[in-house]
Amino acid sequence: MIGLLLRDLNLAVRAGGGFGLGLAFFLIFASLVPFGVGPETGVLRVIAPGILWLGALFACLLSLDRIFQLDWEDGSLDLLATSPLPLEGVAAIKALAHWITTGLPLVALAPVLGLLLNLPGPAFVWLVGSLAVGTPALSAIGTFGAALTVGIKRGGLLLSLLVLPLYVPTLIFGALTVARGAAGVDAMTPLAMLAGITLATLATLPFAAAAALRVNLR
Amino acid sequence: MMPDLGRYATEVLMAYGGSIALLIAIVAASIWKARRVKRRLEVVEARREEKRP
Amino acid sequence: MSSLWEYANPRKFMSTSTTLLPWVSAIAGLCLVVGLVWGFFFTPDDFRQGSTVKIIYLHVPAAIMAINAWLMMLVASLVWVIRRHHVSALAAKAAAPVGMIFTLIALYTGAVWGQPMWGSWWEWDPRLTSFLILFLFYLGYIALWEAVDNPDSAADLTSVLCLVGSVFAIISRYALLFWNQGLHQGASLSLDAEENVADVFWYPLLICIAGFGFLFLALVLYRTQTEIRARRVKALIAQERMT
Repeated sequence: MIGLLLRDLNLAVRAGGGFGLGLAFFLIFASLVPFGVGPETGVLRVIAPGILWLGALFACLLSLDRIFQLDWEDGSLDLLATSPLPLEGVAAIKALAHWITTGLPLVALAPVLGLLLNLPGPAFVWLVGSLAVGTPALSAIGTFGAALTVGIKRGGLLLSLLVLPLYVPTLIFGALTVARGAAGVDAMTPLAMLAGITLATLATLPFAAAAALRVNLR
Repeated sequence: MMPDLGRYATEVLMAYGGSIALLIAIVAASIWKARRVKRRLEVVEARREEKRP
Repeated sequence: MSSLWEYANPRKFMSTSTTLLPWVSAIAGLCLVVGLVWGFFFTPDDFRQGSTVKIIYLHVPAAIMAINAWLMMLVASLVWVIRRHHVSALAAKAAAPVGMIFTLIALYTGAVWGQPMWGSWWEWDPRLTSFLILFLFYLGYIALWEAVDNPDSAADLTSVLCLVGSVFAIISRYALLFWNQGLHQGASLSLDAEENVADVFWYPLLICIAGFGFLFLALVLYRTQTEIRARRVKALIAQERMT
C-alpha cells in the first residue's frame, strides 16, 4: 500500500503529472475575482471565505479525472485489481495521494490568497483549519466520482456534473466555518460538522468507489 | 366562465400553462419514444423470422 | 398467488403492465382533470395570497412526487443490486426523467408563486435550494445512464450513484437548514395538519396528489415497457451480428 502511495506521488510530481496545475488554478481563480466584482475591500472581505472555498473546490475538481484515467489507459488498473491488495484499499490510497498532491498544497497556499482578498485577521486560523479538515472529503468524494466515470471517454464533464452536487454539504460547512470565523462568532459547530462529513466519506466512499471500479473493470 | 383571478391572474395562468405544458411534454416524449422503439422491434423481429427457414 | 418477484420476469411484467396501463392512465387523467379544474375554477381565493393560492394544486403534488420518484428509484436500484432483476433497473431508468420533470414543475410553480408573494423569483431558502440540488442529482443520474454503453454496467453504476446520492441528498438537506433559515412554509401547508389547510383547499389538493401519483405510475409502467423493448432490440441485433 505504501508502495502504491509512493508510486502515485512520484507520478504526480514528475513532469506532466499536473502537480502544480491545481495550485496555479487556485491562484488565478482568486486573483480573477476582484476583476469580476470590483476592488472594494469591503466587498472582498465579505465574499472572501466563499471564494476561497469555491477556488479550492474547483482546483480539486480539475485534477479528479487523473486519479484513475492514466492507470486505466495503460492497464495498470487491471494489475492493481488482480493484486492481493483489496480494491477498497486501492481507492483509499488513490484518494490519499490526490489529497497530498492537491488538497495539502491548497491548505498551505490559502492564507496567502486570504491576504489578497482582505480576509479578516481572525478568520485565517479557521480558513486553514477548515480546508485541512474539509479537503480530504473533497478527495474521497472525487475518487468515487472518478471511479464511476473511469470507463467513459471524455468523462471529465460528466464527472463534474456527478461530483459537484455531492460537494454541497462540504462546501456549506467549510465556507460557513470561515465566514463565522471572519465575523468573530464561534465557528466550532460547522467545523465539527465538516469533520463529521470528512470522516464519514473516508470511511464509506472507498467501498462505493471500489464497487464502481469492479463494474468498470468487468 | 373564467374565475376572477384578481391582480395575480398572470402568475396563476403562467404557473398552470407552464406546468401543463411540461406534463404534456413528458407524456408526448414517452409516447414518441415508445412508438419508435416498438417499430424498431417489429422490424428486427420480422428480419429474424425471414432468416429462419 | 405467488410472490411479488414474479413481476421481475420481463414477459410477466409486459403482460401485466399492458392490462394495467389503460386503467392507471385513465385514473391519472381523470384525477388530474377533476382536481385541477376543481382547484382552478371552484375554490375561493385565500384572503392573504389572493388567487395565487391556486398554484398549490400543481406545486405540492409535483414536489411530493418528485421526492417519491427518487425514493422509488432508490428502492429499484437496491432491488437490482441485491436480486439482479433487469426490470427493476429499467424501471429506475424509466422513472428518472419523470421525476426530473416533476422537480422542474415544483421549482417553476414555486418561482412563479414566490414572485408576487416574496417579491423575488428565487430565494436561497433551504427547501428551494434542496429541490435545486435534487434536480442536479436527477441530471447527473440521467447523464450517467446515457454515457455508459454496456446496459448492465450502466445499471450497476447508476445504482451505486443513486445510493450514494440519496445519502448526500439527506446530508445536504440538513446542511442547508443549518446554512439559512428560510422563508418557506412548513410542511403544514400540505400534509395532514387540517387546521392549517381548510377543507375547501384540501379535497381538490388530495385529488391532484392522487392524479400526479397515478400519472407517475402510468408513465413509469409505460416507459419501462419501452426500455424492455429497447433492450430486446439491442439483444436481437447483437444476435444477428453473431450469426
